[in-house]
Amino acid sequence: MKDLQKKLKDINKEYNYFNVICDDLQEQYKNANKKGKLYGMPISIKDCVCVKDVETRGGSKILEGYKPTFNATVVQRLIDQGAIILGKTSQDEFGFGSFSTHTYNIPKNPFDKTRSCGGSSGGSAGITRKLSDLKIKHVSIAESTGGSIACPAAFCGVYGYTPTYGLFSRYGLLDYGNSLDKIGIMADNLKDIKTVFEVVKGYDEKDSTSLNLEKTPLNKDDSIKKVAIIKETLNVDPEIKEAIIKTVKAKFGSYDEISLPIVEKYATPCYYIIAVSEASTNLAKYCGLRYGAAEELKGTFDEYFTKVRTKYFEPESKRRIMLGTFTRMAGYRDAFYLKAAKVRTMIINEYKKAFQKYDLIISPTMPIVAPKFSDIEKLTPLQNYMMDIMTVGPNLAGLPHLSCNAGYSKKEKLPIGIMYIANHLNDYKLMNDKLK
Amino acid sequence: MKVDQELIKRVAKNARLELTDKELKDFEKQFNEILEYFNLIQDADTKNVKESFHPIEIKNHLREDIIKDSLSQDDALKNARHQSNNYFKGPKAI
Repeated sequence: MKDLQKKLKDINKEYNYFNVICDDLQEQYKNANKKGKLYGMPISIKDCVCVKDVETRGGSKILEGYKPTFNATVVQRLIDQGAIILGKTSQDEFGFGSFSTHTYNIPKNPFDKTRSCGGSSGGSAGITRKLSDLKIKHVSIAESTGGSIACPAAFCGVYGYTPTYGLFSRYGLLDYGNSLDKIGIMADNLKDIKTVFEVVKGYDEKDSTSLNLEKTPLNKDDSIKKVAIIKETLNVDPEIKEAIIKTVKAKFGSYDEISLPIVEKYATPCYYIIAVSEASTNLAKYCGLRYGAAEELKGTFDEYFTKVRTKYFEPESKRRIMLGTFTRMAGYRDAFYLKAAKVRTMIINEYKKAFQKYDLIISPTMPIVAPKFSDIEKLTPLQNYMMDIMTVGPNLAGLPHLSCNAGYSKKEKLPIGIMYIANHLNDYKLMNDKLK
Repeated sequence: MKVDQELIKRVAKNARLELTDKELKDFEKQFNEILEYFNLIQDADTKNVKESFHPIEIKNHLREDIIKDSLSQDDALKNARHQSNNYFKGPKAI
């Protein structure tokens, strides 16, 4: 464990995958549950998931110094089964981004340090790839609101699994959008994902949106008989299109092409309206009072809160708080937030209809391979949001999905991600050996 | 719909954020671009469609009304820089 700790520190100097590396790995190992299903398994945790007594900031300066006094339910379940918690992985502030650049500690792509790991769980994906290359067993706990597991998994060439909404407890997760947030798993193989899945899934009375699996059980049938590729998502770089079709043919032999016009047209704006609306209310609690960054107590409540929030939030967080405050304001709420909630129903129904015929629906995970930081800088906020076009649909509909590697680009030798989407509670289909 | 700097200032005040003149100008441009994109959803025919506030049907589960340990006062205050007499200390209210 001492060697591992040193290795992590060395990697971190070069790649910024951790905001915090735990300094008690040896002690954790000594005290771990030897009979646990995860005995000795090194697991990194995205910074937005609370680990007791370990600084937890969600990649934000406004939570500087915050050490939770409790473990997130997911973390507690891992520890109970003997896992070793390595530390907190870097991410976009509160999950606001697709490239992990909206933060104070930007992770670099393991294939090319001038490129992004993807976001917002960039640190989780980067360290998963890096430790896999070094043949060190490791799993990462990540989190997705609109694609924050699938995107970095694709850019770093690892498996990224996002469960059905409500399957993993959100207790102890720093909220971004409550109706969208899902804790999930990254690893370099599907078997480890399944092992960790069995440990962390299931009802938690501390999370009011947690699914009671006795009442709404998981479908144990993991068979995959019929699959379809979403036609519209193939309008991407020919190299990505080719990789997707080749992978699907190799794994399933035949496939259909289907159209999801409502998802195609409305998912991205619908997602962003709901996400920023929920985020702006969730971030109201960060005001320099009970935890995190604080300033000298001067002026009125409003003046003090404004000072702290203005000083410590990243520009992208300010933008999303502002957008969300606007979409919920009197006079605009019906046209944006409530309308988006109705469009969300139409999107869910469109997917549900497709699942009457298919076990899996498939698309590229991202329309591009990992971009250079210098190119990301040139994108406008709206162009940034458009990058999530493939991943926001399943996230908005709370559908389980898995990003896997589908080969590498010829020129830059960068990973291409393929995304498999299953119906609600059909998560076992995503752990079928066919997807290995 | 056109967003101007006055509206941006109002939103910022509600969100407890102070914007520099440059941010105000940048936000005005970005807001107009983003809201035009958000407006795409207005075309959707949502007649007779109900809102989904969650992606999957969530049933309320109420726990038994039994007293349990919760966060202690010490733990609750552990992360607060400003405190006084075992309470959070905030700025002046009046």
